[in-house]
Amino acid sequence: MYDTIIIGAGMSGLAAGIRLAHFDRRVCILERHYTIGGLNSFYRMGGRDYDVGLHAVTNFSEKGARHGPLAKLLRQLRLRWDDFKLAPQLGSSIRFSDAELNFGNDIALLEAEIRKQFPGQIDNFRRLVASLLDYDDLDGDDPRFTRSSREVLAETISDPLLREMLLCPLMWYGNARERDMDFGQFCIMFRACYLEGFGRPLKGVRLILKHLVRKFRGLGGELKLRSGVSRIHVENGRAVGVVLDDGTELQARRILSSAGAIETMRLCDDITEVDAARAGQLSFIESVSILDCQPRELGFDRTIVFYNDSPEFHWERPENALCDTRTGVICSPNNYAYAPEEGELPDGVIRITTLANHDRWCELNEPQYRAAKLAQYDRAVEASVRFMPDFRSRVIDTDVFTPKTIRRFTWHDNGAVYGAPDKQLDGSTHLENVFLCGTDQGFVGIVGAIVSGISMANRYCLQDP
Amino acid sequence: MSPAEIREEILDILADIAPDEDLGELKDEVPFREQLELDSMDFLDIVMELRKRHRVQIPEEDYHHLASMQSTVTYLEPKMKDIVRS
Ligand SMILES: Cc1cc2nc3c(=O)[nH]c(=O)nc-3n(C[C@H](O)[C@H](O)[C@H](O)COP(=O)(O)OP(=O)(O)OC[C@H]3O[C@@H](n4cnc5c(N)ncnc54)[C@H](O)[C@@H]3O)c2cc1C
Repeated sequence: MYDTIIIGAGMSGLAAGIRLAHFDRRVCILERHYTIGGLNSFYRMGGRDYDVGLHAVTNFSEKGARHGPLAKLLRQLRLRWDDFKLAPQLGSSIRFSDAELNFGNDIALLEAEIRKQFPGQIDNFRRLVASLLDYDDLDGDDPRFTRSSREVLAETISDPLLREMLLCPLMWYGNARERDMDFGQFCIMFRACYLEGFGRPLKGVRLILKHLVRKFRGLGGELKLRSGVSRIHVENGRAVGVVLDDGTELQARRILSSAGAIETMRLCDDITEVDAARAGQLSFIESVSILDCQPRELGFDRTIVFYNDSPEFHWERPENALCDTRTGVICSPNNYAYAPEEGELPDGVIRITTLANHDRWCELNEPQYRAAKLAQYDRAVEASVRFMPDFRSRVIDTDVFTPKTIRRFTWHDNGAVYGAPDKQLDGSTHLENVFLCGTDQGFVGIVGAIVSGISMANRYCLQDP
Repeated sequence: MSPAEIREEILDILADIAPDEDLGELKDEVPFREQLELDSMDFLDIVMELRKRHRVQIPEEDYHHLASMQSTVTYLEPKMKDIVRS
């Protein structure tokens, strides 16, 4: 009998597991995949290391900083800053067809850029910053949390182009809702991206996952890979245990699930039908190019470019196409200020993320699917080189993954990267001893998911002695 | 435990929670919140560490006694005097 069974060995499940194991709870993490990491895992192909998801760790803070989510999660997990060893970004840009704003890890740069490009808006921007909800207000109780960000922005910033430009990176890095964004989520992402900024460990997501899993196991936590939960067994309104894909039964006093809200409901054997329409719809393809040189040698020194090819930013699932390349994210993991003693990445890398339609990708048969990957890679790169130097003649290797890949390795409905649009901020479910953590509880991204795992473990699994 | 031993024990817990901090400079009479910017989650962790390590129970209404090193040691002294430091 476990105190807590955790479903999923992604960022949130591992973080929750560390908290519980540290305080001597009997805890077991069950993961269906053969490796850890979930939406932010890693793989090796053609002799090269790839990350699934890591463009940037948001919420950057310098070593020694005491506040902010990064400092907080390190303390909660008893980790050192050096365990994540985040190198700061060189600098990022929001590029629309006729306008550009640069930003970095100091908000002063973005302010200066707005003063230069949108002189009439700088006071409005400052008012917006002053009116952001604080992290402490983000438990969802504030009535402003669920307001439309587009409405709130329209009340403060009168230039529509600036509004679209500010929204673009924040939606890309953490908005599960199509077209608009909850103001609470806007505030979380605004702090994470513009006020705190981006960093990355030289060794990528491997380093972060290595420290999380080592810590968990070192504290006596059990991790079972290739152990998918096929059913949560419910008796008299309480979960009593789980049944694994191979039929093994395990018992637990409570269950913490990072599988997603709908996905978790579907596992419960007291539920016959779930409302699948409530699942998230936004998924991506990721087109990775390996170059024979560093991107800086081609005159590209940006860490992340959020591009959009018209004055209006469209954040929605492409209805009639596999992908939508009107907007995208271009990332070069090379463009971080890695410490000299650490060196640089061995290859130049350009990663491009574009919006994609899960169902259309899944309708393709195998030859069509393979052909579509090649064609959509070309389209994504073609769309991107409108906003950066053309790197196509320097490409020596490529990889593409699609919503189908994301679904296949994380089991999230629709391969939805940020989960369902309506979050369950208190983590509760219809069962008194089953709780959500991670994506569908409300905090997304690497730092967000870790914070979610910690706070749900604290709130629901560490209360009794 | 003597007050000096209790102080050592608290230092040990703080070093565990905030491994990057230099605790050599810690001033006993200044609130932790000011010096280390500890928040409510961290105070809860101090409480949980004391329970885990020494079975010391601290009721919620007493949490304010843990404000600084000085007040913490004073508060814990009667609760921990019979515990032998291992
Ligand atoms: C292409 C891409 C790029 C990204 N880029 C960034 C970035 O640059 N920066 C950033 O901060 N974030 C990024 N993210 C987002 C970030 O990866 C996620 O928000 C975060 O990892 C979510 O963690 P989680 O624990 O909530 O969920 P997950 O990682 O999805 O964890 C859930 C786990 O549960 C497992 N599981 C599901 N069902 C079952 C079952 N029935 N039984 C057992 N196990 C099960 C899954 O296999 C998975 O491992 C990116 C994501 C993607 C896909």
